[in-house]
Amino acid sequence: MTDATNVAGHHDEGWHLAHHFETPAQQFESGKLGIWLFLTTEILLFSGLFCAYAVYRANHPEIFAYAHLYLSKSLGALNTVVLIFSSFTMAAAVRAAQLGQTRWQVRLLALTLVCGFAFLGVKSVEYQAKWKEGLLAGRAYQPAAPPHGAVVPEPPQRAESATGAAGGQPESAGGMKLDKSTIAPAAVGRPGLSEKWLQGKAAHPDGHWVGPEPNNVQLFFGIYFAMTGLHGVHVLAGMAAIAWVLVRARRGEFGPKYFSPVDFTGLYWHLVDLVWIFLFPLLYLIH
Amino acid sequence: MTAIPTEPRFLGGLAPREDNYLTHQAGIGSWVFTLDHKRIGVMYLVAILVAFLLGGIFALLIRVQLLRPEGLLFHGSDLSVYKTYNQLFTLHGAVMIFLVLIPGVPGALGNFVLPLMLGAKDVAFPRLNLWSFYLYVLGALLALASILIGAVDTGWTFYTPYAAQTNTAVIPLVFGAFILGFSSIFTGMNFIVTIHKMRPAGMTWFRMPLLLWSLYATAIIQIMATPVLGITLLLLILERLFQLGIFDPYFGGDPLLFQHFFWFYSHPAVYIMILPAMGVMSEVIATFSRREIFGYRFVALSSIAIAVIGFFVWGHHMFPNGQSGPLNTIFSGLTMLVALPSAVKVWNWLATMYKGSISLQTPMCYSLAFFFLFAIGGLTGLFLASLSTNFHLHDTYFVVAHFHYVMIGGTMFMFIAGLHYWWPKMTGRMFNDALGRLACLLLFVGFNVTFFPQFLMGTHGMPRRYAVYKPEFQPYHVLSTIGGFLQFAALVLIAGYLVHSLYRGRRAAANPWGGSTLEWTCSSPPPHDNFPTPPVVRAPYDHKHLLWNETLGGYEWQPVENETR
Repeated sequence: MTDATNVAGHHDEGWHLAHHFETPAQQFESGKLGIWLFLTTEILLFSGLFCAYAVYRANHPEIFAYAHLYLSKSLGALNTVVLIFSSFTMAAAVRAAQLGQTRWQVRLLALTLVCGFAFLGVKSVEYQAKWKEGLLAGRAYQPAAPPHGAVVPEPPQRAESATGAAGGQPESAGGMKLDKSTIAPAAVGRPGLSEKWLQGKAAHPDGHWVGPEPNNVQLFFGIYFAMTGLHGVHVLAGMAAIAWVLVRARRGEFGPKYFSPVDFTGLYWHLVDLVWIFLFPLLYLIH
Repeated sequence: MTAIPTEPRFLGGLAPREDNYLTHQAGIGSWVFTLDHKRIGVMYLVAILVAFLLGGIFALLIRVQLLRPEGLLFHGSDLSVYKTYNQLFTLHGAVMIFLVLIPGVPGALGNFVLPLMLGAKDVAFPRLNLWSFYLYVLGALLALASILIGAVDTGWTFYTPYAAQTNTAVIPLVFGAFILGFSSIFTGMNFIVTIHKMRPAGMTWFRMPLLLWSLYATAIIQIMATPVLGITLLLLILERLFQLGIFDPYFGGDPLLFQHFFWFYSHPAVYIMILPAMGVMSEVIATFSRREIFGYRFVALSSIAIAVIGFFVWGHHMFPNGQSGPLNTIFSGLTMLVALPSAVKVWNWLATMYKGSISLQTPMCYSLAFFFLFAIGGLTGLFLASLSTNFHLHDTYFVVAHFHYVMIGGTMFMFIAGLHYWWPKMTGRMFNDALGRLACLLLFVGFNVTFFPQFLMGTHGMPRRYAVYKPEFQPYHVLSTIGGFLQFAALVLIAGYLVHSLYRGRRAAANPWGGSTLEWTCSSPPPHDNFPTPPVVRAPYDHKHLLWNETLGGYEWQPVENETR
């Protein structure tokens, strides 16, 4: 969205005025409105996922109460701290650009970029663990053990469904999964709290799970990977934008008169941060 | 506007001698990398017309198949032969919706005229505008690739669970639609920012031509609804790749949720298609009635009202699909509410024509056709909005006919009207107006012969999307097919005289129709940067000071005393 701000501009005192704008202020305000509109579309993109989350959590709270125990609260919390800190350094980098402190600006942008790498590093550790433990979506959900903190009378037994893994069509899948699919879809399922969840809750008021594994746990991991995956892609995009701004900042392109690319990248980064601040409690901290 | 060159020179005679956006730079590179909104608009126009031809061929193949109850192209006891029919109606729908109707008026006509009407030099983000075009091309190519890999047979709505299971190339087509969504979002962003920030001095909100209000309302929908389609299509791709389970009941998911997600975009999307067409209607009606638009503010604000209400009616696509009764009732009521702002527009256009000095040139003929077709299309929408009739008419040809009356009779007719209206501005050439009117009549007749029988079929229970049918429906289907070919003939005629005009057409004056908006103050075709000096902004639709000048072959602004900017 920062594209237009440097279209074929005049190199004049460090800022660029495109031919179709009358004043630098008009150009800056146009860019600002543009980036905010773009952020609106980003929020709406994620809103679809949050909506899917809300529907399934409302209809099948037992899936979430059980499956979230598989997630590592400490790693999630670490990533939250990393991202919030990176938002601070990003905001400070914008301030440094406005004040013309090029060296500080470069340092702060680099620090933000490092935080992005740290976030993705922690995330990849988490993903790797899920992969190893068979905690994936759909047919690939083959958990090795019940989650830490759950008391399951009989550990989940997963049949070796060679046919199911090979075929793309439901008919060719193993019988086990077909049984699971006899559970009614969410829309016509029992609304609110299901019995299994209530039983577990009554036995263990502090929110831990007691009882057999609920049906359709793979749905949680479908939602988990869709939400954190899309967020991860946005982190990557944000890091690419920061790297690009960093290169330009090292050239000393930004100063009090022209700092819109830093500003707009910052806004985008804050949004990515904000999405995570909603994802962390919704996925990791629920009961 | 002095000497009129007779010999064709550049671009097949398209461009006259003086400096304008077509002659400003030459060579393929000057088009491929252009940041000029006018050239991008022209490139959009060419691409959209190609897609329109493709979608039309699919439609004709469908109509040929339905000439006989047992099917003319595909028939037999082996059900797999009908798969090709399913692929045909899927491609017809997907191409026409995503490649023609949605980008049609905003992408081609809007890109060309929006900055001109506003009095700006370009859109706010020219490079993003070019990106938007190339994303359109990329999305279109992916859609074409899906035909080669294995044409999709789900219907353009991609309903799960079938879309998660069919072995056709759902992913390429869906990913193409996803990319087209970005193209649409970028156009919308550009239009909103341009209208907010690029208005010259004197161009207040209520001095803007009504097409700009329509495009603004459209852009709001493009920004707010398209991302939801994006995530829906992305989830559908993930569903196929990783069995995400959100939409597929086989993995515990909910197909009705997919329908909610899909229609949350795709219902507002029909307003993305019709609102710009309504804007073109306002321009054409005002110019060819030579009158100020009656109830300007109401027409302007009704665009916003349609955009807002349009977001809360998506559930009417799922009345019999398992949606709860109370929700059905609410969606039914909200759907009927859309009729109000639509009717405000139609009555105001009628009132504009009252005591106007009406000239029946080609664009105006399409506008008159619009009155009939949109009225039928709109009022049959109320039948479908009512729960009791909807349960009877759902998924029948009644819906098909309703949709085509609004989308073809409404949007495509106004797209063609706008194409004729701005053709002299875009190309600098006049087309043959008599042939234009003849083609309009042929298209109007052909359209009604095609789609009116479908209302009757639908009420008698003919379901949509069937490759074969009971013999009692055959007369309707035969009529429908005849009408389809009449429309095709009309479109060939239009293409013929428009292309002819590029080479042999009379040179167009700056203002051949007597339009009162700013684009008619530029030369035809406009210069590269639109307005060398910021234009003088007058009240919209003030025709008092426009007088016909025989030597120019167009209208001329008369100087106004004590004019202020």
